[in-house]
Parts: sequence; structure tokens; C-alpha cells
Amino acid sequence: MSGRVVPRRGALGRVVRAGVGRRRVQTAVITLTTLLSVAASVLAVGLLVASQAPFDRAFAKQHGAHLTVQFDGSAVTAEQLAATAHVSGVDAVAGPFAVSSVRQGTPEGAPPGFEPPPLTVAGRTAPDSPVDEVSLIEGRWAEAPGEIVLEAGARHPDMRTGDGLVAGETELRVVGIAESVGESAEAWVVPAQVAGLAGAESDYQMLYRFTDAAASADIAAGRDGLAAAVPPGAIAGTQSYLDVRQTAQENTAAFIPFVTAFALLGLAMSVLVIGIVVSGAVGAARRRIGILKSLGFTPLQIGRAYVAQALIPASLGAALGAALGNVLAVPLLAEVAEAYGTATVLIPLWVDVTVLAGALAVVAAAAFGPALRAARLRTAEVITMDQAAVGARGRRVRHLLGRLPLPRSVTLGLASPFARPGRSATLASAVAFGALAVTFAVGLGSTLIAMKTDGDPDRAGEVTVRTMPRPGPVPGDTAPAKAADPAAVASAIEARPETESSFLAAKTQVGVPGLTGGTPLVAYEGDSAGSAATMVRGRWFDSPGEAVAATRFLQATGVRVGETVTLAEQGRTVRLRIVGEIFDLGDKGMAVRTGASSVAGLKARFLPAEFSVELKSGTDEARYLGELNAALKPLGAEAAATEGGKSSVVRAMQALIAMLTLMLVAVACLGVLNAVVLDTRDRVRDLGILKALGMTPRQTIAQVLTSVAGTGLAAGAIGVPLGVALHGWVMPEMGRAVGTTIPSADIDVYDVPLLALLALAGVAIAVIGALLPAGWAARTHTARALRAE
Amino acid sequence: MTDPLIDVRDVAKEYDEGRAALAGLTLRVRAGEALAVRGPSGSGKSTLLNLIAGLDRPSRGSVTVDGLRVDELSESASAKYRRSRIGMVFQFFNLLDDLTVTDNVLLPAQLSGTPRAQAAARAAELLASLGIDRHAGAYPGRLSGGERQRVAVARALMNRPPLLIADEPTGALDTASGMDVCELLRALNADGQTIVLVTHDLALAEACATRTIELVDGVIARDVTAVTR
Repeated sequence: MSGRVVPRRGALGRVVRAGVGRRRVQTAVITLTTLLSVAASVLAVGLLVASQAPFDRAFAKQHGAHLTVQFDGSAVTAEQLAATAHVSGVDAVAGPFAVSSVRQGTPEGAPPGFEPPPLTVAGRTAPDSPVDEVSLIEGRWAEAPGEIVLEAGARHPDMRTGDGLVAGETELRVVGIAESVGESAEAWVVPAQVAGLAGAESDYQMLYRFTDAAASADIAAGRDGLAAAVPPGAIAGTQSYLDVRQTAQENTAAFIPFVTAFALLGLAMSVLVIGIVVSGAVGAARRRIGILKSLGFTPLQIGRAYVAQALIPASLGAALGAALGNVLAVPLLAEVAEAYGTATVLIPLWVDVTVLAGALAVVAAAAFGPALRAARLRTAEVITMDQAAVGARGRRVRHLLGRLPLPRSVTLGLASPFARPGRSATLASAVAFGALAVTFAVGLGSTLIAMKTDGDPDRAGEVTVRTMPRPGPVPGDTAPAKAADPAAVASAIEARPETESSFLAAKTQVGVPGLTGGTPLVAYEGDSAGSAATMVRGRWFDSPGEAVAATRFLQATGVRVGETVTLAEQGRTVRLRIVGEIFDLGDKGMAVRTGASSVAGLKARFLPAEFSVELKSGTDEARYLGELNAALKPLGAEAAATEGGKSSVVRAMQALIAMLTLMLVAVACLGVLNAVVLDTRDRVRDLGILKALGMTPRQTIAQVLTSVAGTGLAAGAIGVPLGVALHGWVMPEMGRAVGTTIPSADIDVYDVPLLALLALAGVAIAVIGALLPAGWAARTHTARALRAE
Repeated sequence: MTDPLIDVRDVAKEYDEGRAALAGLTLRVRAGEALAVRGPSGSGKSTLLNLIAGLDRPSRGSVTVDGLRVDELSESASAKYRRSRIGMVFQFFNLLDDLTVTDNVLLPAQLSGTPRAQAAARAAELLASLGIDRHAGAYPGRLSGGERQRVAVARALMNRPPLLIADEPTGALDTASGMDVCELLRALNADGQTIVLVTHDLALAEACATRTIELVDGVIARDVTAVTR
């Protein structure tokens, strides 16, 4: 019988375990790299799936309306509307239902200045319908005039079935609470009741499902088809289910683009770093591989051993990463649960399993190449292999660098990358990814800060004067019963010589045909051109009848800059021409802003107004406030320094960005550490020689650090522009995810000094990663190193 | 009598595993001497060399070289000591394969911060005096063993150290090259260079050394001064 004895499975297991235990740095690098990429991937995929699933499930169950259309009751007949069921692309239809926007009466005990928003009331005989099958949660459906069913999201938290409610001038009794996922209306009454509520002729509501409705273009096509089927101007307004869904999940949706970017970065780094680690392990263990093969291990067993050595720590990292991803998702998904009133929303198990399996497959694939190389090494060759071939590379560069007027330890270090160009390239890639992540994170953070400021047009000027002061923190301190006279307050402000300019803004909610519920309206008096609003396109209003609106409002209504929009209040309407789109993250991006005179015809009741005051340059703000408040106190108003915006979502984003960046940078540093450890091990004899010749520990550290600093600088120069490009791609996606357009000024956050600073991130990552091995190299026992041939 | 260049007093060295490499060894070497250290494997030759070179510390006793307590030096001071006071020649040359002959020879001066012109002149002078100036731009891999050892000697002498330590300098050479190196060491010693030479080779010791000690189990078993060389 001939041939070698193939070692049994147990022997292979011991080899794998010994490999994992012996190479602790590599094991730690693989574990952490996989942990990061799996955590970010689980978070990204989980948020995407878990945030959309509740809406999509409930919407499908109710056969929700893809498009809710409000038709002008005076321009179209019920018969014409019924005929729209046959328009091409329409799959199902419900209606026409009479619909009206009515103002609720102020409930008893409401705080001063509280104004309930208008209510969109539809007339329906039953909750069942081919489209928008409303779910009754409590009580029963309205059966007679005087009864009303409220949508769950529109009811006041204290309101119960049996309670009374004033709509317009009519007193109604709440008989049921229902839910419409597509938010077709906020309340339902019997059809005969609708006309009497608004004090004017009601409009018609039609609910449509289309054959194709996945994208906004499909919805737009459906709307165009309907518009062509009815008399011109008959469509008063529309509401797409895509906008409703976007509003419901805007907070989680904003996270998805950047978490996905981090997940992809993490995954790419995993492949790279694990490839480096396993290649390094193979390179450093050629002799060991030769011995194992000479003992009878087959190439397949050697290959499997190296894949297994990567998979064991990767499995641990992947399991921990999946757990971390789920933990990070909890606070974000809690908002989803709250939005749909469902039980706790969790990332589905299949997401964890799929991401985990995918990550391990990627790890196995990354390890497979080097493992195959290990398996193919010829036994005799590897046992006798020395480092001479490696030393021959980069000689010319080393020689030339030696001529530079720099300390020899530095020039020796600078020349090192040229000796092993392959390893240097992978090290540079790890650093470039780290620099990319830092650049991306700094850009994200800067843009979020800029967005927080620019996306809040209500915070303008250095000083804000409230005509209805807020109650103080002292118990029993209550707000005054009525607001101060705006004219008197304006005079007091103008009387201060330090006042540069001021304007007054008052808020209310009005109806917009097609949109369910109230739409925020901000009416300005005074020099509002100086308001802090950031224009996305168009201009600020400057004539009566002109208005500006936030991006999502324009999307939801389908109105473009240059077109008109109708605002309604208790049957009264005004038409405003939209002259500009503003960047406004407040009021769910639905506010319309115009001059007070433009909406005077609505006779709407506004909340107590606030003045925004711009001060002359060099004004002592504290002194100004003291003197102005002395004048305002008798009037019942109060001035304070304008507060910066606060957003828990932005804070959560910033925390998550910082954590993911830190993890990516840590992985990049570990990639560097691993490469430098391998390099130091390869060069231990050279280090011993240099130390024997008198190289001090400090010079040794300088040599090791400069061996990566040059690579770090070059990698930074590559990573920074890639980070800028990634930021430029992700930010508009984030804006789109929440239905807004982020102004380019808020995206262009990288100035030259910042870019220069970021370019050093590569050097910093490389040097931090090399610090530990540099210390080890400096402490290497010279006599032992010299024997390491 | 002048102070010895090397003063090793009652030195013991025990390794972690408890094995004693040196057991209370005392040795004095005067400037200008060429001392050969002989002994079987494990007798403590390399340990003694490492202690004199400041590459290791004794467990007990003191090592003074050129008036400097080597056993009390910090890592950094020890490196500076090696730079300025000793030159080392190894059995396997220990040249950096990716540096040219000149660059190898220049290293000690460059690590010391010697001005470039001064260092270059000294390197050229050494290469010429050792007969290897024609290889100045070559890489060590292209040289014969004897030539490589000459490069190593040139590098060791670069900073004009008072003490030259040679660890089996002919151990990796053929007979002719070994003789060549032996002649070189003799010539250096004749010019006043103090040498400590560790060798198994009795012929080398007799040819090069003015004094020979033999170590057995970490102590000096024989100490013979040559009458003539």
C-alpha cells in the first residue's frame, strides 16, 4: 500500500483551533469587521422592511386608495364621477362621497390660544367599500344625522365614543372610532349631514386603486387620466398613498440611505480586511503549511482549515452584529409602532438570518482565495522559502529615499511600502475606506446641523417676541387669558433704536382640497423678506396673492412653482400663486407661507402671533432684551433670545453616525494593525540588525510609523474625494426619503480647510493602527530578533 | 595600570526557564587586546557577548565598557552605546539585503546623525581600505561570503568604536574567505583596535587573538595569553 496517511477530522479541528488561538490579532480583526458590517446591514435592511411592512400590510388589507381625489362639487356631477371608474388604469373605485373641511369648536379646558385644526369629513353610509375598507375600532358606524365617526389619528386623546363634538356650527355625537390607513378622511358622517356642516356646497371625494401604483409616476399617470375624463378644473385636489406612507415613516426613512451606505462600506471593508487577514495568515504560515502538508494534510484540508479560521471569528462577529443591529433598531422602530398603533415592531427574523448567512458567505468567499493559494503551495518549496525575494523589491526607491535630507529611520520607513506593494495596496485600501467613512460622517453631521438651522423658517432673527407668553416653570404660573395687542407690541419693538427690522408671523391650519385634515398656514406682516427661509427654487412672496410652500406640500398636492393652490376655511376660499419652494422641515413639511393680507378673506382664527426681530450690528442683546421686556410687560408680551431648533431625530442620527463611523475607523485601524504586525514579523531580522547597530526605540517607532504614514496620506487623498462623492449622493436620497429637497448650500459643506484636515484622516488612521506594532517592534529583544532567521 | 576597556564582574545570567548561562563570571579586557572566547555550545559565549554589547542584562553582577555601566543603561541609552562604543560583526553578516554596500556601511553614521559628507567620506575610506570599494553600489546578495563579511566589518568600524565584537565571523565562510577575514582582524588589532571574538575555531583564535578564554558551564575554565601571535 502506498501514499500518505490523511489526518483525520479531529486533527484538522485541532489545527484550526490552534490557528484561531495563535493569531489573536487576526481573530479580533475578523470578529470586529464582521460585527460592524452585519450590525449596519441588519439595521439598514431591518429598518427598510420593518418600517414599511405595517403600512403595506394594513393598506393591502383595507384595499386602501392609491389616489384620493377631491372634485369641485360645482364643476362636476356624480354621474360624470361614476364614469371615471372606466378610465384606463383604474382598477377599483369608491365614491362619490360628499366631503367637506369643517372647523371644530374649541374644546372646554383647552389652553389659551389653542385652535383645533380643521376636520376633513366625508359622507359614507358604511365603512365597507371596494376601496378604503375602513376598520371600525370602537363603537359603530354613523347611522343618522348628528352622529360622527372619528379617524383614530384625528381624535383628541381624551375623546371617547359618546362624547360631543362641534363641527362648524353643528353639534355631533361621536358614535365610533375607525381607522383608514390611506387617511381618506378624518371623520365620517351620513351623506346628508355633510352639506350642512360647512355652510357651503360640499365637494365630492372619489377613491381610486390603479393597476400600476408602485411609483409616483404611476400615480401621476393615473391622475392625468382622471383629469382628462372630467371637465377642466374639476379636480380640486388629490392625495397619493405614497405621500401618506412617506409622512408616516419619515423618521425611520431618513435613516435608511445613510445606514445603507455605512452597511455597504462595512461589507466592502469586511471583504477587504478579511482578505488581508487571511492572506497575511497564509503568507506568515507558509512554513507551517509546508509542515502540515508534509505530515499528510491534503490541499483541500489546508484550504478548509484557513476558511474555517476566518469563519469561526466571523460567525461570532456576525451573531454579535445581528444582536447589535436589532438593539439599535428598537428606538427607531418604536416610532413606527406608535405611528400605526401596533404592538412593538421588530426586525423580522428572516432579515437577521439572511444578513448573517450573506455575511458569512462573503467572509468564506474572501477567505477562499488565500486559502486556495495555501492549499496549492508546494511542500518542499514552502519549507525552504526565505524572505530574500521580498527584499529585492523596492530597492531603487529605498536607495533614492536614502538620499533625502531626512533621518535614516524615516527614509527606511518611507521606503517600506515599496518592498511589498500588494500588502501596501490592501493597507491603503483599508485606510482609504476609513478616510472615506470619516469624510462621509463629517459631511453628514455638518449637513444635519445646517439642515436643522436652515430647515426651520420659524426661527428667524436674534430675538423672538411672543404676544402670548408661555407659562413659567414655577407651579401655578399660568399663561395670560388673552394675547397682547400686536399693534402695540409692534410699536414697542419699533421704538427701540437697536431694532434693525421685524416682522410678525401667525399660524393656523386651513383646509386644502384633496388633503386630509388641516394644512399649516403661516401669515406674515412686516418685513418678512428678511425671514430665515432657505429657498429651494423660486423666490419669497412679495405681492398679495403670492405664497411659498414646503417641498412635501407641493409633492402632496401636485402643485408646482408658478401654479395656484386653493385654501379653504369654513366654505370660504382663497387662491394663492406659489412663487417659491422653501426648505422647511417643520410642520411635517406641509406649511404654506404668505402675507396676512393674502389670506384675510379666509377669516381664519390664528394662534397668538410671534415677532421675529433682527438687531442692528453690535447691539448688546441682553441689554436690548431687558429694556424691551420692560416695555412689553405692561402689554402682556415677552421677548426672548431666539432658541435654536431641537430635534431628537437629528440627535439620534448624529449618535448613530458617530457610532458607525467609529466602528468603521476601528476596523480600518485594525486592518492597518494586522498588516503592520505581519510586516514587522517579516522584518524582525532587519529590525534586530538596525537595533544592534544602535537604532533607538524612538527611531524604531518612527520607522514603523513612517512606513504607514505615506500610504495613509495617499489613501486619504483617495478616500476623501470618495467620501465627498458618497455624501453628495446620499444626502439628496435622504431628502427624497423624507419628501424634501435639501438645499445645495447644506450639502456643499466641505470647504478647503476642512478637506485639508480630512486628508490627514488617512495619516491618522494609519498611524493609530500602527502604534501598537511600532511599540512591539521597539521592545523586540535584539538578540532574539537576530536569531529569527 | 590603566582601567580595562571591558570590566565584567561576577556576572550571572539566568533565563526564565531557570537555566544558568553564566555563573559568576569575572573578566577584564584591556584596550588593544584581541580576546577570543571559546567553549562548547551552551557554555555562555553568546550570552557574554550579548551582555557586553548591551543586548541583554545580567541577572547579577556588573558590565562596564569604556567606563560605562552597560547593565544599567535604558533601552535608548543602550542603543546609543552600541552606536558609539561598539561595532558588531555577525556569523551570517546581517547586512540589509535591500540596501547597497555603501548604504549598509553608512547606517551607523546615519543613525547617529553624523553629517552626510563626513559619513560618506568615512564610508569611502573604509571600503577602500578593506578592498571592497568596487562593490560600493552593489547589493550584498551579489557578493561572496568573504566580501560580505568585509562589508560587515566596514559597517562595524564606521563610527570608530573602541571595541569590535565579532560573533563567529568565519562560521559561514569557506576556508579561504575565513583566512581572509582572520587577516583583516589581525590587521585591525595590530592598528590598536580592541576585539572580542567568539569562535569555535581554535585556529582562528590562535591566529587572531592575543588572549583566549574558554568557557565551560558559564565560568572561565581557561584564560591563556599568547606569548607571540
